Amino acid sequence: MKTAIIIFPGSNCDNEMGRFLYACTGIAPIRVWHKETTLPKVDMYVLPGGFSYGDYLRAGALANLSPIVKELKKTDRKILGICNGFQILCEAGLLPGTLRINKTQKFICKPVDITTWPVHYKRRIPIAHAEGNYYHPNSSKLVEEQKVAYTYSSYKDDINGSTRGICGIRNNNVLGMMPHPERAFESYHCSQDGFKIMDDINA
Amino acid sequence: MLTTEETELINERLERAPNVTETHVFDAMWSEHCSYKSSKYWLRQLYTGYDGDHVISGPGENAGVIDIDDGDKLVFKIESHNHPSYIEPYQGAATGVGGIMRDIFTMGARPIANLNSLHFGSTDDRRVIDGVVKGIADYGNCVGVPTVSSKCHFFDCYTENPLVNAMTVGYTNKEIFTSVPKQKGVVVYVGAKTGRDGIGGAIMASEEFSEGEDKRPTVQVGDPFQEKLLLEASLELFETGAVIAAQDMGAAGVLSSTSEIALKGGYGIDIDISKIPLREEKMEPWEILLSESQERMLFVLNLEKTAEVKSIFQKWDLDYVEIGTLTDTNNFTVRVKDDVVCNIPLKTLEAPELHRPTEKVKRKDINIPVVTDFNMNWVWEQYDSQVIGNTIQGPQIDPAIVRIPNSKKAIAMTTISCAPFCYYNPRSGIRNIIYDCYYKLLSVNAKPLGITNCLNFGNPENPNVMHDFKEVCLGMSETCEELLFPVVSGNVSFYNETSGKGIMPTPVIGGVGLIENYEDSNYNISR
Repeated sequence: MKTAIIIFPGSNCDNEMGRFLYACTGIAPIRVWHKETTLPKVDMYVLPGGFSYGDYLRAGALANLSPIVKELKKTDRKILGICNGFQILCEAGLLPGTLRINKTQKFICKPVDITTWPVHYKRRIPIAHAEGNYYHPNSSKLVEEQKVAYTYSSYKDDINGSTRGICGIRNNNVLGMMPHPERAFESYHCSQDGFKIMDDINA
Repeated sequence: MLTTEETELINERLERAPNVTETHVFDAMWSEHCSYKSSKYWLRQLYTGYDGDHVISGPGENAGVIDIDDGDKLVFKIESHNHPSYIEPYQGAATGVGGIMRDIFTMGARPIANLNSLHFGSTDDRRVIDGVVKGIADYGNCVGVPTVSSKCHFFDCYTENPLVNAMTVGYTNKEIFTSVPKQKGVVVYVGAKTGRDGIGGAIMASEEFSEGEDKRPTVQVGDPFQEKLLLEASLELFETGAVIAAQDMGAAGVLSSTSEIALKGGYGIDIDISKIPLREEKMEPWEILLSESQERMLFVLNLEKTAEVKSIFQKWDLDYVEIGTLTDTNNFTVRVKDDVVCNIPLKTLEAPELHRPTEKVKRKDINIPVVTDFNMNWVWEQYDSQVIGNTIQGPQIDPAIVRIPNSKKAIAMTTISCAPFCYYNPRSGIRNIIYDCYYKLLSVNAKPLGITNCLNFGNPENPNVMHDFKEVCLGMSETCEELLFPVVSGNVSFYNETSGKGIMPTPVIGGVGLIENYEDSNYNISR
């Protein structure tokens, strides 16, 4: 599978995402600068984590205005957004809902257990975000339409205040998630479940 | 402020009275913060390695550089941002992190880990604690450098003198760039626009605080997004081969960066400050020179590659202005268009070294409280410790271990502080601290490579404080030589006193060690 990483000013998880995609696919991903107006022909576009435009105004709001996002809206190939990438995809309207500031008002960095939907499996993946509090006014509809991809396993603890503990959303060819699979694949990482996330995407 | 003797000495050196701009220039350059006039003599006693060892660049540069074989190099330094963090904890701490990261990438290395050592008055001091931790987190997280170690210490004497010491470790396998130009070139200003923030910051950090004064305008304001752009643009710029020398703008901004770069190279410098992009109106020449606006850099460039250089800064949307050239005059010349506002021989800017009196004092017994009501996880979770994906352990486990990108090598790193040791006996105190650091690194099978120090003390005009300082320097020198554990960089923070109440002698040591193959050991990974 060929992949491309879309890089915005302020993206900072692009290097480890590159290593992760290489480990998964055996092919080094193409790096695409956000000012480009054409997308390379690959099987999946990845929007990495970071702080595009310093998260000024609202996380993802300014990156949504980049030329490359217009192209992403037209494609029917796979798109994966991690963390800031998820925020950009929500801002762009490619995914339903929005991400607000964590209810703790603080950045949270720790490994968490997440559950896949609609079939439940457990994955252990780190999170690291300040604006990961997912909100959608009609979450039952999301579940019905099978748009929920991942939830925090123990959302009784309520990590960041997300509706139903949602941390990943899919919409046709697009998937966005707050946890970082690219931080869960090396031997010294908290788990190697990043590979399973890749399998979920390709399933 | 300049003393009467200093003013007389300036008149003597110049053979005339300085004008307004020049007076401000001397005031800043001769401040303790910029000149190290009280500490210089003692710092020269430190053990900085022997000829032919692994130290590539020691104290005096933006940061220390150590060779770890295969062309790999580590660049690291610790720095204080104590005074601003008391006045405005959030911005003070944030810009402290920004400043130290700039020191690292100025040398051509990419920052791979941030560490910090914090000293607060008590666990109830939420204004300072919350602000400092959030400031560090927001800045480091946004730039995308993992904060892998953070330690908090609590004692009464830090209530009005909190200490914020930030350390950054950088890595490169390419050329190292210094602030010493080996040939003449064009002087270029890049990065954020200049405003009035931080004017007089260096002088502020060279005085005691007293009650009721508003020092807020002397604190800089940070913009981590700008720093991230500057980081990427600078690293791309180094690749072009156009860079002759680089210097970040820290204390006394444009003034100290331009004068230092010329002085180190043995050249003169001629700059036109009307070309500097400003974000405020009607700034006086001395305000432009002394502003400590963040996220700015100075480069000396080889003009042959201008087009390539300009396209890099265009790509990253950063200001790029040629403000002057290096000259053969040995003069520091500042113009506003055609008016010369400052023209002085560079040599006169070097402050006279002071040999302040020292006196030993017998210390009273103190009670060191054991803090049990503070949750370090609350601090650690706010830092992105995993970004870049190379963190093997930390911040929950000490020392932190970070892998070198695309290699089996890993770096163990830690900061150590234990002020009460030094309060009773500074010489054996620092010995304990350095040994502690050395053994911490050995405990994870790392080969200790070197240290960086941040020496936080009270008012150096007090002979008792000066005695502690002298003893710490001598003790550090002895111990480091004994262990062949060289000091490669450091920072001194004096005047940690408010209303006559000072801190205990608080040297903070940052140690770095090399693990040849991280797969050999099964590290206790925090899962």
